[in-house]
Amino acid sequence: MKKEVSNLLVTKNIALNHDNFLIELKADSPVEQILPGQFVNVKVEKSPNTFLRRPFSVHDTYPSTNSFSILVKAVGDGTEALSVIKEGQRLDVVFPLGNGFKLPSKGESILLIGGGVGIAPIMHLARISKEKGADVHILLGARTLNDHILIDEFKRYGTVHLTTDDGSLGTKGFVTNHPVIDGKIRFNRYQCCGPDPMMQAVARKAKQNETECEVSLENMMACGFGVCLCCVTKTNEGNKCVCTEGPVFNINNLEWQI
Amino acid sequence: MADLSVKIDKLALKNPVMTASGTFGNGVEFDDFFNVDELGGIILKGTTLNHREGNDYPRMAETPSGMLNAVGLQNKGVDYFCEHIYPKVKGYNTNVIVNVNGSTIEEYIALTERINELTNVDAIELNISCPNVKQGGMAFGTSCPMAEQVTKEVRKVYDKTLIVKLSPNVTNIAEIAKGVENKGADSVSLVNTFLGMAIDAETRKPMLSTVTGGLSGPAIKPIALRMVWQVAQAVKIPVIGIGGIMDATDAIEFILAGASAVQVGTANFVDPNASVKMIKGIEDYLERHNYSNINEITGGLQL
Repeated sequence: MKKEVSNLLVTKNIALNHDNFLIELKADSPVEQILPGQFVNVKVEKSPNTFLRRPFSVHDTYPSTNSFSILVKAVGDGTEALSVIKEGQRLDVVFPLGNGFKLPSKGESILLIGGGVGIAPIMHLARISKEKGADVHILLGARTLNDHILIDEFKRYGTVHLTTDDGSLGTKGFVTNHPVIDGKIRFNRYQCCGPDPMMQAVARKAKQNETECEVSLENMMACGFGVCLCCVTKTNEGNKCVCTEGPVFNINNLEWQI
Repeated sequence: MADLSVKIDKLALKNPVMTASGTFGNGVEFDDFFNVDELGGIILKGTTLNHREGNDYPRMAETPSGMLNAVGLQNKGVDYFCEHIYPKVKGYNTNVIVNVNGSTIEEYIALTERINELTNVDAIELNISCPNVKQGGMAFGTSCPMAEQVTKEVRKVYDKTLIVKLSPNVTNIAEIAKGVENKGADSVSLVNTFLGMAIDAETRKPMLSTVTGGLSGPAIKPIALRMVWQVAQAVKIPVIGIGGIMDATDAIEFILAGASAVQVGTANFVDPNASVKMIKGIEDYLERHNYSNINEITGGLQL
């Protein structure tokens, strides 16, 4: 799909909890062409300290209304400003950017792992994977019960497994402490998005369990389409831009010390 | 409709809007967004004789009204450029300019000789102002004798338009501009980024892997504007203004200060269409002020 800069209509902004917001945007180009794992880069108005755009994974696409959503966690000036946007307002968005996750074949078992706001692209991937006929398991990690969002929505597309750091919901500990990751299902693939330490821990599990593993990186970037060369990660073919060569990488291509 | 065409030495530009090196890739990254041929010229990502991996991540930090970068001239070297990039850009119907970098004078010469063989590269921009490399780069641009020497040597092997990109990290930029003019530069472009730094107070660590980096964006515009004005008074060759130009009004300000053309840099990150939108904005400005030719306002600051 051709990249574009568009002023998109906000059709919904739903507060999921105290700091997470689901913003739905209506597109002109067909949203079916957006791949799970791709991202958009959003210009933030009315936030004087926010100079650069803010990148967000596409959370899911809604072909019936030709719209897509992003999951915004209000953590700084830019995301705070975005979180209060109202239905009917517009957002200047560059999209779609980057490459998607590998899509499963029919009958494959996959474990999709999301941590914190990194759960964002997992919804789109889970839905499409289910449509492809995969056996989808979704493992979500958060700090506490109150930080877990969208669990019922995830349940529509697969078997959901949960962890919390404090044990207030699901298994206590990190996603890698959950029994499903070492359980009796032999997954064809782990696909993961979350903080770097979490993804590295998942990558270690993948090596131990000899399972293919993809991770979605979120390095800081200025442009999002491969010209500033700021968001690089070390790969076995040298520095690569996360925005154009990723954000999804197979862990075998990354120079992670795991 | 007003005539926007300008000349930089032998280069004929259909309008004064160019894009700055390191912010526009090799042009092809913008093909999805707009027709690159509409621009006055494009300056491609800095090229070196040999492959460079660039600096470690993190390479950028957002700062008030701007950003710091420490990319460190990541590029695949001139052989790769000639084989893989040149074929993609040689068909552009705009001025294609290569930004040339070296850590020694010999490297600048060897690289220029290779670029000189490429028919459809219309000019080079001699980068003596990159703040993010350990050797060469800004060291050439902050010393007047060294800036003069590298210009003189490169001039000997290059017949087409030679633009020298100046560093703002100097006491007297006009003096360096005059120096390179005397040694044969056809034009000067200014400014490259300002050396700066950012610290994360919580972790007590620098935001960039290299500690210091180059500051760009609207934050530097007033200083860049002042430098362009000073240089334009000091030299006879055309001046190309760079530094935090986000829209047509910014571009007009640089032109009024004495720039014959401008380069759009960091704005390309914020809005991929920033450069092409600016052309229309400049046209509108001229119409609104009843000018029929852009050259009528060059250096037209009312004192």
